[in-house]
Amino acid sequence: MSTSETVIAVSGLGKVYQSGFQALKSVDLQIRRGEILALLGPNGAGKTTLISIICGIVNPSSGKVTVDGYDITRDYRRARSLIGLVPQELTNNLFDTVWATVTLSRGLFGKPPNRAYLESLLRDLSLWDKRNEKMMALSGGMKRRVLIAKALAHEPQILFLDEPTAGVDVELRRDMWAMVRTLRDKGVTIILTTHYIEEAEEMADRIGVINRGELLLVEDKAVLMRQLGKRQLIIQLQQPLTALPAAVAGKTVELTDNGSTLVYTFDAQCEQTGVGDLLRALAREGVEFKDVNSSQSSLEEIFVGLVHDSNQQRSRA
Amino acid sequence: MNLYGMWAIYYSELSRMWRTLFQSIASPVISTSLYFIVFGAAIGARMEEIDGVSYGAFIIPGLIMLMLLNESISNASFGIYMPKFTGTLYEVLSAPVSPIEIVVGYVGAAATKSVLLGLLILITARLFVTYEIAHPVWMMSFLILTAVTFSLFGFIIGVWADGFEKLQIIPLMIVTPLAFLGGSFYSISMLPPVWQTITLFNPVVYLISGFRWSFYGQADVHIATSLAMTFVFLAICLTLVWWIFRTGYKLKP
Repeated sequence: MSTSETVIAVSGLGKVYQSGFQALKSVDLQIRRGEILALLGPNGAGKTTLISIICGIVNPSSGKVTVDGYDITRDYRRARSLIGLVPQELTNNLFDTVWATVTLSRGLFGKPPNRAYLESLLRDLSLWDKRNEKMMALSGGMKRRVLIAKALAHEPQILFLDEPTAGVDVELRRDMWAMVRTLRDKGVTIILTTHYIEEAEEMADRIGVINRGELLLVEDKAVLMRQLGKRQLIIQLQQPLTALPAAVAGKTVELTDNGSTLVYTFDAQCEQTGVGDLLRALAREGVEFKDVNSSQSSLEEIFVGLVHDSNQQRSRA
Repeated sequence: MNLYGMWAIYYSELSRMWRTLFQSIASPVISTSLYFIVFGAAIGARMEEIDGVSYGAFIIPGLIMLMLLNESISNASFGIYMPKFTGTLYEVLSAPVSPIEIVVGYVGAAATKSVLLGLLILITARLFVTYEIAHPVWMMSFLILTAVTFSLFGFIIGVWADGFEKLQIIPLMIVTPLAFLGGSFYSISMLPPVWQTITLFNPVVYLISGFRWSFYGQADVHIATSLAMTFVFLAICLTLVWWIFRTGYKLKP
């Protein structure tokens, strides 16, 4: 199966709600078949609106979306039948049993009853023992599992997970990550929105960053971290300094921890990182080191930096 | 056509009726039985016949219609309002089901419940009064047509309502008074001439009159007029439902 083939194509997608709020501004996005794409963005960035339009829950104001080549408006039946959605909120009919609600989901998507598949799905999600229980009797984590079961009940090729691990415990989060990987291995394309950067870092093949209705970038996770990730050399000093040594003046070096640590920030992409020059210069000045280590920016720092820059550009404009 | 999708909605809505069996079936049957006991057996025994029909038998079509209007509106409005309220409507909106299939699922289930209840009340009435049905096919046709029309009306109310108060206000403030003043318990020919004219602006008059005609072959207004008015109301409801899905009004932002 080709992984570079586009399965969802979004072009010029815009959404202005009746209140006048512009949730999306001409978004262009291509989602590849079989990938895990993580959409990151602060609250109100437009992540849920983007997902909701693709799934058919919200009407677009402008632009076009195709799912596996099917237009979501003209060929909505074919487009929607390929998609499963796990919503952000724990929305469930509290009086339905687990089995009834999952059966309803499969039927809604036009699939004939398949008891064996639904049984296997519920077993995979540790829900089989709860199949005859009403939704209201389940814990929050179990309700979240049921939402996943409902989204998978019609065997979708594309799965949207809108903040799937918000408010769930660590065990369930790990279970869900494992489940997402299994689905990806089966060829399911997965798009997840999340506030948890570690989730995106752990799971995603590509990362999209969205802020105030604009898609700031979409990039392979590794490339993104390589391109935007800053490396830092942290030098613990034997004796604290009161000021930066003259030999390192003009370099991106900071004196921290009451003068006991020097932090050198550099671009890992450059051939000449300047690390050797810095250490030699410090040695010449007689500065002794206790310890030296390096670190790379986390995705969280990259994300915060991107959103911050975007907000600054906006306020300047 | 997504038949499985349509059936899933219809079946799920009917299941709700079985879950709330007492509220859905027993409650309207008991309340209607009380009407028969009070107005049919107790007071009705002292009333004169109306157009050659005993009072107890005369009120049967009106009482069934009263229940039918209330139950159709209540079932259909609740059916679409609850998924909106709980947020589960996302699943229907994101599913490959057309507006027609959604409406058939929700409205069909509400109308089915109402028709079953109507028939149940008809059977219950037999315990209290003797009656005959002159035109059984027309009786069933009116029953189904009215149930579908007012279930559509209920669907519209359920979409429009953004709180439980709004869900109740139209059935309580408009439909029930119109049904009571629409000849459920009397023939409009018993009213003074001015009120007879005013009553003709009440659409429920035509429903009750037509339904009563199917029982006793007598009506306040001509059967063709009753039928035409029912279809006019059906057409208005269908147009409004079409507009709701066309614009996404209160369903799809």
